[in-house]
Amino acid sequence: MGNRAQILIVGTIFLGLALVPLFAELTQTPFYLDLARRMMILAIGALSLNLIMGYGGLISFGHAAYIGIGAYTVGICAEHELVSGFIQWPLAILVSGVFAIIFGLISLRTRGVYFIMITLALAQMMYFLGVSLDRYGGDDGLPLIERSNFGALVDISNNVTLYFIVLGALVLSLFFCKRLINSRFGMVLQGTRSNETRMKTIGFPTLRYQLTAFVIAGMMAGFAGALLANHTDFINPDMMHWTRSGDLIIMVLLGGMGSLAGPVVGALAFILLEELLSGVTEYWQLIFGPFLILVVLFARGGLLGFFADKEQRDG
Amino acid sequence: MAEIVLQVSDLCKSFGGVLATDHLDLGVERGSIHAVIGPNGAGKTTLINQLSGLLTSDGGKIQFNRNDITKLSAPIRAKMGLARTFQITSVFGEFTALENVSLAVQAHDGHSFKLWHDARRDKALTGPALEALTIVGLEKRQSIKASLMSHGERRQLEIAMALATKPKMLLLDEPMAGMGPEESNRMVSILSELKGTVTILLIEHDMGAVFSLADKITVLVYGGEIATGTPDQIRANPEVRSAYLGDEDFES
Repeated sequence: MGNRAQILIVGTIFLGLALVPLFAELTQTPFYLDLARRMMILAIGALSLNLIMGYGGLISFGHAAYIGIGAYTVGICAEHELVSGFIQWPLAILVSGVFAIIFGLISLRTRGVYFIMITLALAQMMYFLGVSLDRYGGDDGLPLIERSNFGALVDISNNVTLYFIVLGALVLSLFFCKRLINSRFGMVLQGTRSNETRMKTIGFPTLRYQLTAFVIAGMMAGFAGALLANHTDFINPDMMHWTRSGDLIIMVLLGGMGSLAGPVVGALAFILLEELLSGVTEYWQLIFGPFLILVVLFARGGLLGFFADKEQRDG
Repeated sequence: MAEIVLQVSDLCKSFGGVLATDHLDLGVERGSIHAVIGPNGAGKTTLINQLSGLLTSDGGKIQFNRNDITKLSAPIRAKMGLARTFQITSVFGEFTALENVSLAVQAHDGHSFKLWHDARRDKALTGPALEALTIVGLEKRQSIKASLMSHGERRQLEIAMALATKPKMLLLDEPMAGMGPEESNRMVSILSELKGTVTILLIEHDMGAVFSLADKITVLVYGGEIATGTPDQIRANPEVRSAYLGDEDFES
């Protein structure tokens, strides 16, 4: 963690991301702006999942639910003409946090496969709740009449401005995760992943730390959801579908589970491959699937670990 | 008579039809090393699991410093000063030796909801952790990952972790298990250094170590106590001899 090759890779990625608006402007391809913005929002979601999955050893198969809850909070607020981002965004984080407390208390009573199944079930419950909300578009979803309004501070109805807000949010999220995992709390979380029984016998009531991590991850995902609603100008239940949660898990695995910046690399690689391969064939998953298997089998530590270690060997 | 730190009365535990702990009574005096020996399957590890709170007891009572702890959870017992080690080495493999012990210090000093400051640079953790490592002679190995240490070193690390929680009593589950003679001797000297500063309940198969360290020995067979006494009394006890018949370790 934190070796020079990794810092180099991550630095290059962020430099590249910062240059995307310029590139899109010069080549008149706003599509790339849109693509990179979606990558970064999902990267925040993947970072939050990595906190509990990579560092906590808790494989949540329902993490997209919190992204959806965040997005729905923004969408529902906008529908009721509450458009201030100063209210919408904190509220999205808060509501996701409340759901994470409740779902965490239920699912953390179990471990392993049962934990995976319960988080999956709870998230699907949210998906069907979204489908049944006829007032807010039901199955079809709901267009966002207006993006979050930050008054005179910043105008995110401009696509480039929103882009840099998202980029800033990603950098802050990464920094936040770095501080968190190296803190006392982070050590407890990682110790519990490694050996929960031992943690209990040196005096840690492990559940409360796992629950806290679960809630922090849920709130971060809720924040990503608030960004996503603004990004797509639209909310729909599909954001919470279990396959979206699966995508997040794949991003974390692809980039490097339990490494700080791995999920960012994973989210970028995932969206990029999806885009490239689906351009080649409708059955892009036929290529993506084996690729993922190869990464998991041969690049322990994911893409980031693979390239970072390789450079270290070469150097 | 010295003060009793740990008092076990009429303790029971059964798995299916097997009585692993059979109406056991045991009192451990402050500052002493009290060894529990017995053939394989006598219920020694079950007893430690019951004492440390990993297993709930079917009946009976456990008192620690005159508090009834029978129903308390493992973390609470650990906080009260009852530390343990495991027969199968139980350390955090991906952490360095210092990080392993720092985590134990952190468990004791009570502030684990600090979410921002780097724990590895926290002198309040690394200072006491290094002290504990020094006691077991691992101070020079502090930055080695636990998974890369030798078996003997990891056993020592486990003791350091237990000590770092500032325990009033240690429950040691076969600290010499799997060790060569040299490592065993080192462990015996570590434990004899600790003697008097902390009360120890010692489970061990190495009879040489038990008889040289223990103030008192309790012999368990099928979960029940068949004898308790000083090493000399136990050595001379005919019942114990028959339980250990053919065990050459015991003859020595």
